[in-house]
Amino acid sequence: MTDRLTLALTKGRILKETLPLLARAGIEPLEDVHSSRKLVFPTTRDDLQLIIIRGSDVPTYVRHGVAQLGVVGKDILLEHGAEGLYEPLDLGIARCRLMTAGPTGWRGGKARVRVATKFVNIARRHFAARGVHAELIKLYGAMELAPMMDLADLIVDIVDTGNTLRANGMEPLEEIAAISSRLVVNKAAMRSSHRRIQPLVDQLASLVEGG
Amino acid sequence: MVTVERWQLPDGVEEVLPAQAAVVENLRRQLLDLYHGWGYQLVIPPLVEFTESLLIGLGKDLDLLTFRMTDQLSGRTLGVRADITPQVARIDAHSLAQPGITRLCYAGSVLHTRPKSLMASRSPIQIGAELYGDDSLAADLEIIQLMLATLASAGLRGVTLDLGHVGVYEAVLAAAQLDDECEQAVFDALQRKSRPDLAVALGEVPAPVAAMITGLLDLHGDEQVLARARQQLAEQAPGALQAVEALESIAGALRAVQPDLQLYFDLAELRGYHYHTGVVFAAYVPGHGQALANGGRYNDVGRVFGRARPATGFATDLKALMTLMPPTESAGGAIDAPSTPDPDLLAAVRRLRESGEVVIGRLGDDPDPRCDRTLVFQGATWQVQPLNR
Repeated sequence: MTDRLTLALTKGRILKETLPLLARAGIEPLEDVHSSRKLVFPTTRDDLQLIIIRGSDVPTYVRHGVAQLGVVGKDILLEHGAEGLYEPLDLGIARCRLMTAGPTGWRGGKARVRVATKFVNIARRHFAARGVHAELIKLYGAMELAPMMDLADLIVDIVDTGNTLRANGMEPLEEIAAISSRLVVNKAAMRSSHRRIQPLVDQLASLVEGG
Repeated sequence: MVTVERWQLPDGVEEVLPAQAAVVENLRRQLLDLYHGWGYQLVIPPLVEFTESLLIGLGKDLDLLTFRMTDQLSGRTLGVRADITPQVARIDAHSLAQPGITRLCYAGSVLHTRPKSLMASRSPIQIGAELYGDDSLAADLEIIQLMLATLASAGLRGVTLDLGHVGVYEAVLAAAQLDDECEQAVFDALQRKSRPDLAVALGEVPAPVAAMITGLLDLHGDEQVLARARQQLAEQAPGALQAVEALESIAGALRAVQPDLQLYFDLAELRGYHYHTGVVFAAYVPGHGQALANGGRYNDVGRVFGRARPATGFATDLKALMTLMPPTESAGGAIDAPSTPDPDLLAAVRRLRESGEVVIGRLGDDPDPRCDRTLVFQGATWQVQPLNR
């Protein structure tokens, strides 16, 4: 166990929007995270290091307590559950919507709908709550292709502008949840390292509120 | 066809090999001796029971964790225990049925249908102690101290003791008067300390009530939390003050005996909320992502067995403790005994074994690799000499 806190960041769009927020909190990686091939980055605060990983891996690292804190999309937390984690803060970045979408003009009416998605747990809960039998098809990308090729009737996916949907003859149908990035904290670390974690959470909270 | 390799164990089910097994067993003995010294009597509850008795009281939280099968003799459903506490509560309430205070301890394997937390074993060796028949804070304090003594006995350092009291949330909830659906959403958001989700859950609730509940989110941290809690809750949920006082009193008593103990308070901690009735506590060590030991007050669980009793206790997992224990020096080697049918040799071997030495009879030509000494016939007696390899 090192004395250094580890903050796990989600790479990609979330990372691009997280770094400016951290910079305002006085936390900057010592080298360019976008060009470096490294995975662990010391920062301007010598008691804090960053690791940069896939979003779906962030809860795993934080749950195990090897990273005490993390930044991850709410979609990942909804899909994989938040057991063992605190989610004290909505960072308000990387906003998007988790939606169902279908071919333009699609009407239901079938006894079962086939749903292609990366978010099978969320989709299962969503359709179950509406009393709809959904046959879930797990895909890892390019959801729009599934209805086009008649693999599925509907998709559940992250929608930002909706342009990709429209370009493929689809339209958003129903919003399941508004998504943004959350700060997550390991429950045990919150106790054993409270004196160092709480000020960081408070500092980020005031930055987020201040806009 | 996919075949399961025959050596393979199910996920979360593990065997403990000699070096670790020795540590686990030594620790088990050491801890049971510790509990014995505090006046806790050992009980050995059975591995299986009728689920009706196993799942009662602490039921809801255990239901999904319990493996079930049908009893061929009675046709009733048997459960493999997932927690020993309800069994001990039954023993206190029904089997012993003593008046006054009963102190019991136990150690044994339990089985979980799924890991209770990430990386947790599905077959932990649960060890713990329960105190029945006394509703005072002194009883809670005794159990907390015994839990801390348990961790100290295992050589664990840097323990943070987490203290909470279900009375705080109960009082807040009673004052808030939420409907069931809202209450469920609030409970869920509080467990995750999710301010944004809590705000959504409280969308329809009058502002002062919402503010009181949201205030719970900040009631965690060091002892200053208790003073803040008094301030925040005095007006709207005065019922909570009694719980805060209880925590103050326990913290004060612990400070007096262990001034350097790290205390952490979380007044919105809702672990085991459904069956705990008072003080709840847990112990954390740095670098371990889960609570290492936990417990709390769970009065009146014995009612279903015929006797409602005040109860408090704690439990931990021997295998989890073992993985976190500082490495100990391996015990001294062993003594080789040649295979000679000499009664004097046999007598010497018996004496050595009685004195605590490990003596391994030689099979074949070479001594066992663990031996660092050997018995040699010299002069007229068998003597222990260094073994030169």
